[in-house]
Amino acid sequence: MKDQPILDTSPKVSDEVRKTTCYMCACRCGINVHMKDGKVAYIEGNKDHPVNQGVLCAKGSAGIMQVNAPSRLKAPLKRVGPRGSGEFEEISWDEALDIATGLLKPIREKHPEKLAFFTGRDQSQSFTSMWAQGFGTPNYAAHGGFCSVNMAAAGIYTMGGAFWEFGQPDWDHTKMFLLFGVAEDHDSNPIKMGIGKIKKRGARVVGINPIRTGYNAVADDWFGITPGTDGLLIMALIHELFKAGKLDLDYLARFTNASCLVNEDPKSPQNGLLLRDENGEPLVIDANTGERAPWNGKGVEPDLRQTYRHAGVTHRPVFHLMADRFLDTKYAPENVADQTGISADRIRQLAADIAHVAFDEAIELDREWTDFRGKKHSKMLGRPVSMHSMRGISAHSNGFQTCRALHTLQIILGAVETPGGMRFKPPYPKPATAHPKPHGKVTPGQPLNGPHLGFTHGPEDLMLHEDGSPIRIDKAFTWENPLSSHGMMHMVIANAHAGDPYKIDTLFMYMANMSWNSSMNTSAVMDMLTDKDENGDYVIPNIIYSDAYSSEMVAFADLVLPDTTYLERHDCISLLDRPICEADAVADAIRWPVIEPDRDVRGFQSVLCELGARLDLPGFVNEDGSQKYADYADYITNHMRRPGVGPLAGWRMGENGTQGGRGEPNASQLDNYIANGGFWVEHVPEEAAYYKPFNMAYQDWAVKMSFYDSVQPYIFTPYVEPLRKMQLAAEGHGRVQPPDHLRQQVKETMDPLPIWYAPLSDEMIDTTEFDVHALTQRPMAMYHSWGTQNAWLRQIHGVNPLYVPTKIWEKHGFADGDWAKVTSPSGVITVPVAHMAALNENTVWTWNAIGKRKGAWALDDDAQETTKGFLLNHLIHELLPEKGDGMRWSNSDPITGQAAWFDLRVKIEKCVTPAGDQCQPEAPAQKAPVPKGPPTLAWKVGK
Amino acid sequence: MTTLPTSTDKKLGLVIDLDTCVGCHACVISCKGWNTENYGAPLSDQDPYGAEPSGTFLNRVHSYEIQPEAAPAQLIHFPKSCLHCEDAPCVTVCPTGASYKRVEDGIVLVNEQDCIGCGLCAWACPYGAREMDATEKVMKKCTLCVDRIYNENLPEEDREPACVRTCPAGARHFGDFADPDSNVSKLTAERGGMDLMPEMGTKPVNKYLPPRLKDRDRSQDVDILAPLLDPVATESTGFLGWLDKALENMPGGKT
Repeated sequence: MKDQPILDTSPKVSDEVRKTTCYMCACRCGINVHMKDGKVAYIEGNKDHPVNQGVLCAKGSAGIMQVNAPSRLKAPLKRVGPRGSGEFEEISWDEALDIATGLLKPIREKHPEKLAFFTGRDQSQSFTSMWAQGFGTPNYAAHGGFCSVNMAAAGIYTMGGAFWEFGQPDWDHTKMFLLFGVAEDHDSNPIKMGIGKIKKRGARVVGINPIRTGYNAVADDWFGITPGTDGLLIMALIHELFKAGKLDLDYLARFTNASCLVNEDPKSPQNGLLLRDENGEPLVIDANTGERAPWNGKGVEPDLRQTYRHAGVTHRPVFHLMADRFLDTKYAPENVADQTGISADRIRQLAADIAHVAFDEAIELDREWTDFRGKKHSKMLGRPVSMHSMRGISAHSNGFQTCRALHTLQIILGAVETPGGMRFKPPYPKPATAHPKPHGKVTPGQPLNGPHLGFTHGPEDLMLHEDGSPIRIDKAFTWENPLSSHGMMHMVIANAHAGDPYKIDTLFMYMANMSWNSSMNTSAVMDMLTDKDENGDYVIPNIIYSDAYSSEMVAFADLVLPDTTYLERHDCISLLDRPICEADAVADAIRWPVIEPDRDVRGFQSVLCELGARLDLPGFVNEDGSQKYADYADYITNHMRRPGVGPLAGWRMGENGTQGGRGEPNASQLDNYIANGGFWVEHVPEEAAYYKPFNMAYQDWAVKMSFYDSVQPYIFTPYVEPLRKMQLAAEGHGRVQPPDHLRQQVKETMDPLPIWYAPLSDEMIDTTEFDVHALTQRPMAMYHSWGTQNAWLRQIHGVNPLYVPTKIWEKHGFADGDWAKVTSPSGVITVPVAHMAALNENTVWTWNAIGKRKGAWALDDDAQETTKGFLLNHLIHELLPEKGDGMRWSNSDPITGQAAWFDLRVKIEKCVTPAGDQCQPEAPAQKAPVPKGPPTLAWKVGK
Repeated sequence: MTTLPTSTDKKLGLVIDLDTCVGCHACVISCKGWNTENYGAPLSDQDPYGAEPSGTFLNRVHSYEIQPEAAPAQLIHFPKSCLHCEDAPCVTVCPTGASYKRVEDGIVLVNEQDCIGCGLCAWACPYGAREMDATEKVMKKCTLCVDRIYNENLPEEDREPACVRTCPAGARHFGDFADPDSNVSKLTAERGGMDLMPEMGTKPVNKYLPPRLKDRDRSQDVDILAPLLDPVATESTGFLGWLDKALENMPGGKT
């Protein structure tokens, strides 16, 4: 035997480690970027970081392939060919900013609303919204409307937050974890870490999802539910728990509006609203006195039983209305089994299991705490059942009420903000009343009168002109979707093209692939973007787009502002925006240029600083008219949102040096962050860790940390009054009422207690013909379009067959390698199929956004993503099928406007293999402003 | 022919928990990143932006469906890399001695300087765990991050394979199977850790923890701990009657 070779087992790892924040998805993990010779050599997770604690997903580790991607844009681009052709010339930044200023300045002076500024997957919304507000257009939003606004808004209206940025299961204490719908898309590493943690402890994982992949593959029990019926299943679980009295009555009485009295006078214009005292505070019956008392009175013990009789009318507490609703036998397991596809026995068993864990395995922490009524509690009592859900149950037209039902299920168990249940992440919880309302008052040459997006509390808050017409181009905050808190980006292009409600001049977008995977009805959207009017002018006259890569959308822009990659820029993940906190800690973070760009690109936010100054936008110029913020880093450091409050809460300047929370700007703040690994974290005091909305220790700490300026305890609202106010208007009360064609929809859907109704499009199509549900999900190893250009990730997911369940597979006699024609009421695609048994028997699905247009992303024209990858988007219309009333009905949730992606129904037929094994429809190749990539890669930057 | 050591001081390897692996491919890419930059030749990719990209990976995740007779189908995610076998056929088949098993820790490596790229070892491996790099024409395989686990330039807590350090679900564990008290030996004992294809006689060091029983049929259960729920009332008037009493008696009720 030869001697073993001598091996250096301690090679030098890197010259330097630079710690910043990942942006390969929206999870925002801390990363260690290992540098060699000034280049990125290796990326791993940061062990000190609160979000990922050292782990990192496939996307994060593949970030290095994002920096060297041939699809990276190189310089600003001006369109020289027809729109959509991809013919550009490179121009200087000066010229680019001159063009942008030339387009935007006259708009601002005359018709600010003619600018539609939508920022896609933006993580700097507190900044971009300030820019749009300064510009004065009401037409601003990011991508929440086509993502998960139902979950976010339902959470905030019901209890002051939902999941991901808002809250998480109490992984350390929970004993049963229920996961509803596809959830691999947000909060990716923390959920995986949590599942690993509870599995190690032997806690039970229950998956409720038509598709058994990812997290559902490791679930101990799988419920392969019919898409769109999650709300019905949840209502049945609540029904069972009510029927058996398995409710945390003490929690419901003290910490929710179940104890608040409802005006039940049918003649009152306040019918169905809460009875209030002279200060406007909702009233409860105090069990100590049997009299009415404000909900938050010192020493008040709210009573769930007693009613209040006045002027011949009995007013009951919300809890009685909940009993009426949830005990309704239409929610009995045997009555929902057929629709949900889950047997009545299994539903009963699941309800019993939940009740057993919540009440028989309750946990107590020996921690004293004091609630806002001044009552001292000797222990923290926990119901160790926790839940998580994101897009799966959100992206339906019944998604808002389904999400409300899910939050209500947690609330009746007493499993929100208690040990073992769901916990909020500071600065949440924050009820809807603590958020701004939407604003839309346009004054030429002046800023908008307030923030664009917010939470409506009644008809007066809607964004409507006096004549009832929409203020916003996306028709957010109208009677079609009165609670559209995130706007409706998916409607912008269609509405602007239709001139409904009005025409615009310039569409300005950032980081949103709206001509491809981020739009419904993709082929038609491409036509809308290139359509010309009778004068030969584009119907949407000007399009400015910012992206770092040669995405499908770039070809449709007249002016392209090339962004940097996430490793070359400053960013702040701010408490003013979408924070990265954990339940036990407040935290924020930065990105900083760990490498400098090797090309003529600029961070989009820095470009907005200069463009804002050129346009004289308030907040972007000094008193002498000069540019206020040199770049985004300058803004992050020096901007003050309120006294003592800026984009970053760490290392602010106090009287005795730097401090967390409040303080003056600190010129070295970014250096302090860099020295600390790119983030700031401060832990929640132990006595403030649970019961946050009700716990005075938390309230005091929250004020100190700058989340709000005075203590503001509140109670959860399973009964949502703003919904009832909209219903009252539909019933004929008040000044602002819905148009007649929407009255019925508002009455039926905007119920103040959770309800379930079938997805709206089901009523308009023949569900026996279109008898198959069709879904998409984003692979864990890829993040929408960004993954496909990534040389490593596209080897994991490079094609996306349509996965077909056994029943349909056998019915059509499919075999491996077959193709299918898939038809929806609005479109047809031809795609490869693959068999999958672990699937709801009436559901097909595919990976989202694998399919690519030829010419985009610097891929070869025969790249597998362009031949065997496809989009389901072609089958999903942004409008519901015509009702013959001349109206354009959006394919969205009628409450929030969330895009109803997952309501899709199709029919499937076996078909011959298309010529060239090419998915259909096939869009012609775009010309690309970047060269193709190299034929081989061997990316070793060190010696 | 190359000989194997008669015994090794340690038996370093991985335990992979199939009950917890969600199939996220984090380990695949972390491995690709570390081993592209470190040990030997970089892991190359052919046609990386073309029709059918194909690169060298030392660790891949496969997914298999299982259809039990009386339960819903299941999907198992199965990460696979070199198992560092005690009787490694890839070593004994090597004509140049480039493939070898380390005496001190049992790690199976390829000395790339001696590798002629003949590919015999890949044929001999029953697991398909070795991949020929198409650019360098040398055989690549899992090194168990031999350049991390002893690396004094890394903080001690990071001296573990890249795939283990990065695994979000904590499904991968690294340790010494020669030590019965090590974390990996204990996990294997507690959870019934299994050899992959033991019939091949390779005596793999890496172990797999089987998935726990799923979707247990509950219909015949007489579970005294979690009986099906008894109704307190069937309609809301009766419910309010119950409520009166419940507020004294129920869990969480007023006392």
